[in-house]
Amino acid sequence: MFRYVIQRLLLAIPTLIGVAVVSFFLLRVVPGDVVEVKLRGDGGNVSQETIEMERKRMGLDKPLMAQFGDWMIGLATLDLGKSMWTDRPVIEEIAIRLELSLQVAIMASLVAVIIAIPLGTLAALMRGTWVDYVVRLITIAGLSMPSFWLGMLIMLTLLGLFNWLPPITFTPFYVDPKANFTQLIWPAMAVGYRYSAVTARMVRSQLLEVMNEDYIRTARAKGVYEKLVITRHALRNALLPAITVLGLEFAFLIGGLVVTEQVFNLNGIGKLFVQSISRNDFTLIQGMVMMISGFYIIVNLAIDMLYAVFDPRIRYR
Amino acid sequence: MSVDNLHVHFKTAAGVVRAVEGLSFTVNRGEVVAVVGESGSGKSVTALAVMRLLPKRSAVVPQGRITFDGRNLLELSDEEMRQRRGRDISMIFQEPMTSLNPILPIGLQITEPLQIHLGMSDEQTKARAVELLRLVGIPDAERRLTQYPHQFSGGMRQRVMIAIGLACNPKLIIADEPTTALDVTIQAQILELMKDLSRRLNIALILITHNLGIVARYADRVIVMYAGRQAEQGAADAVFHRPRHPYTMGLLRSVPRLDRPRGVKLETIEGLPPNLATAPPGCRFAPRCPYRLPACDQDPPLIPTDTGGLSACIRAAEIASGAINWTSGMVAGSADAVAKDRAPLLAVRDLRKFFPVRTGLGGSKAVVRAVDGVSFDIYPGETLGLVGESGCGKTTVGRLILRLDEPTSGAIHFEGKDLLAASAGELKTLRRKIQVIFQDPYSSLNPRMTVGQIVAEPLHVHGIVADAGKRKARVAELISQVGLRPELAERYPHQLSGGQRQRVGIARALGMEPSFIVCDEAVSALDVSIQGQIINLLEDLQRAFGLAYLFIAHDLAIVRHISMRVVVMYLGHVMEIADRDTLYREPLHPYTKLLLDAAPIPDPTVEKARAPRLIQGELPSALAPPAGCVFHTRCPLASDECKAAVPPLREIRPKHFAACIKV
Repeated sequence: MFRYVIQRLLLAIPTLIGVAVVSFFLLRVVPGDVVEVKLRGDGGNVSQETIEMERKRMGLDKPLMAQFGDWMIGLATLDLGKSMWTDRPVIEEIAIRLELSLQVAIMASLVAVIIAIPLGTLAALMRGTWVDYVVRLITIAGLSMPSFWLGMLIMLTLLGLFNWLPPITFTPFYVDPKANFTQLIWPAMAVGYRYSAVTARMVRSQLLEVMNEDYIRTARAKGVYEKLVITRHALRNALLPAITVLGLEFAFLIGGLVVTEQVFNLNGIGKLFVQSISRNDFTLIQGMVMMISGFYIIVNLAIDMLYAVFDPRIRYR
Repeated sequence: MSVDNLHVHFKTAAGVVRAVEGLSFTVNRGEVVAVVGESGSGKSVTALAVMRLLPKRSAVVPQGRITFDGRNLLELSDEEMRQRRGRDISMIFQEPMTSLNPILPIGLQITEPLQIHLGMSDEQTKARAVELLRLVGIPDAERRLTQYPHQFSGGMRQRVMIAIGLACNPKLIIADEPTTALDVTIQAQILELMKDLSRRLNIALILITHNLGIVARYADRVIVMYAGRQAEQGAADAVFHRPRHPYTMGLLRSVPRLDRPRGVKLETIEGLPPNLATAPPGCRFAPRCPYRLPACDQDPPLIPTDTGGLSACIRAAEIASGAINWTSGMVAGSADAVAKDRAPLLAVRDLRKFFPVRTGLGGSKAVVRAVDGVSFDIYPGETLGLVGESGCGKTTVGRLILRLDEPTSGAIHFEGKDLLAASAGELKTLRRKIQVIFQDPYSSLNPRMTVGQIVAEPLHVHGIVADAGKRKARVAELISQVGLRPELAERYPHQLSGGQRQRVGIARALGMEPSFIVCDEAVSALDVSIQGQIINLLEDLQRAFGLAYLFIAHDLAIVRHISMRVVVMYLGHVMEIADRDTLYREPLHPYTKLLLDAAPIPDPTVEKARAPRLIQGELPSALAPPAGCVFHTRCPLASDECKAAVPPLREIRPKHFAACIKV
């Protein structure tokens, strides 16, 4: 098992190199650079010399391959460089936002699991009854409703009923758990609802399939209580594929909540992404792409490991 | 337990299917009652009805009583029924591979009913589980309890299922085709175990099967079902020797038997079982019955027979008096010898196929020796049978000859040409002459093409009949040659029965005007009465077109019927090659002998007279075959010499080869 994890992590290196190459050169295709945006962006009259000097300071005057080489050397030493806009290290810029994004992702995933598993199970067990139709309605609504719109609805409700607005600044969990929770629970619910819709449908269809398996019939023939048939024999088998969906969705949430962050006024990774793209902040964009790719790889590995824990047929050597 | 006038209906889109109609029987403790019938006869539905495990949304039981221990099971509440399942009544299912929960350890699955029904403590259940595993013959029981189903072979899993069934000392066990998914040698082990346990522990056993040999060997009483109704029931001896229903008579005659001289033609029951959604009243078997009378349009009553059983035939008394006798077309076995002085059509020499298997990423490589040094010849117009248990490499041999897989080494010559060295163009012409009929008539026909299109496709691809109009005529001709009505050309495969689909597969192969056809388990998915029809068709076509067949099968009796010579394979090696009659009369190799012993014969008297010697143990893994003779781990004659070297295939008597140093 340990050997297998090491192998998988080593195999991640070529993948990450590929990501690095693609993200670096794709960004260079875009016309303009950070210096122009920074110095001339607000219509200021800045001389060409100043711009050239600034470019030189950032190393943007070097040939493309040299720039790429510098960046790759940095990557190899785990140095993502400095943001071209703020001059602060990329790692630092990401780290401030990551805490918030990670927490929203975790909370949204929990919300999704809490909604999806009972709903999906209920719908499968009561297939064809009104319960099933209600669950299907809820999940279809979740799939078709954009989460930013739901977010706006939540915000308006909160404002109308409690006259409450989300605070501008982020309070970390360890500073004030209650303030932190009241701030993040709403975006987590808005996102988690959508995400629970996908998972609930998956749980429903998987459970329906598993309930037709021969071993469920065996369990019933043994006189096992129906409740135990469902929890011990059926659900454990049915939830395996749901792990994949949950994991991939979790990895997406880290960088993908651009609009929701905007609605709830959260300073997360999504917002940083949009900012850095509009500023042509190449090093920061590259750093974030690398971070998110790494995240996907680790989450995928974690999913595979979880499979091995839950399914004895899977063993990695 | 007794079942009285049981009816089970299924609501389907096509109408109400009357799956079981008016079934009545009783089972006593220590007795083995067999329910026999073809697929769709309602035998499994009956078992599920007794267990009350029929699908709730579609199945209804409009009538009937199932009395168990003085209570009508059909009137119990769900909770009362649950308390009886697993404690008083157990069920063993057909598919051991899927009937155990893959993610729970075996121990938990065995102890579950003990905890639920008997409230045993953890130590008590563990002790009982170890005891049960020993009882069903699983060694190293304590360690095995923590293992998962995928770590057990099919036979071992079925033993675990039996252990689960026995856990709470039930009064009744229902076994639904318990050995159909298993090899002959494992089947014999499992059934001996079940019969022995039911006698010793005084359990009533209902054995559901389609295999008449199993019934003859293990059952005390027999219930024959046809199309949801019982045709006949009675003591096993009586039903086998003095059947009193035309269906039973036909069924018994259509099974090829190991202990009888081979008839020229198998007797069959013509026609197909009725559709239970639309069948009119009257005797269900009447449309296929050679003795039907106008009165058969009325539902027949069950009448007592002279043999102490019951028959659902109004002419049972006439059958008893001998006034009606199945016209016997049985002709003593003729030795349809093939001139061997001619050059062989197909010559296989020292064929090997190793499949490399990688264990894990960058892990060590292992090799599955699927076929390891196989040689044989097939002469024009001859049928060569290839028998062996699953995993012996017989299907791989077929695939190598068809060049669907590339052999690792060896040579295949067809009509003197080297098949392996043939260029793409030559191969295309050779392929026309070598055709194949697959096992599964359900998945080997494209569901989106009509029968006509399926048969026409190879004619078109190979440019045999280029003209569209002529092609249509040729398709019609082929379809009628395999005994199908020409209008079936417009139908899609799902509208046909299993036997009809297999005929379509044969028509497709025939269109290429082949001289050689590989039949890979071509009849093993079919019911007994249909099997006979297809085998007769294959033999008719052989005579008409001078075809040679390689008939790959696991059923020894069928291979004996159709083959002229037989090759016995075990773990990738040829064990024995001989003429059919020689092989079955005087087998030389210990494996062949044990295989023949393990196969049950549909005759209770014959079965009781012979004491079956069981092959002990399981098939070794092809990843790590035993050194020397591959059979030495299970062979009663094995000595140290056998482990030393692979025994060569020697001609021990003229034209009779065996790979054993002890003969």
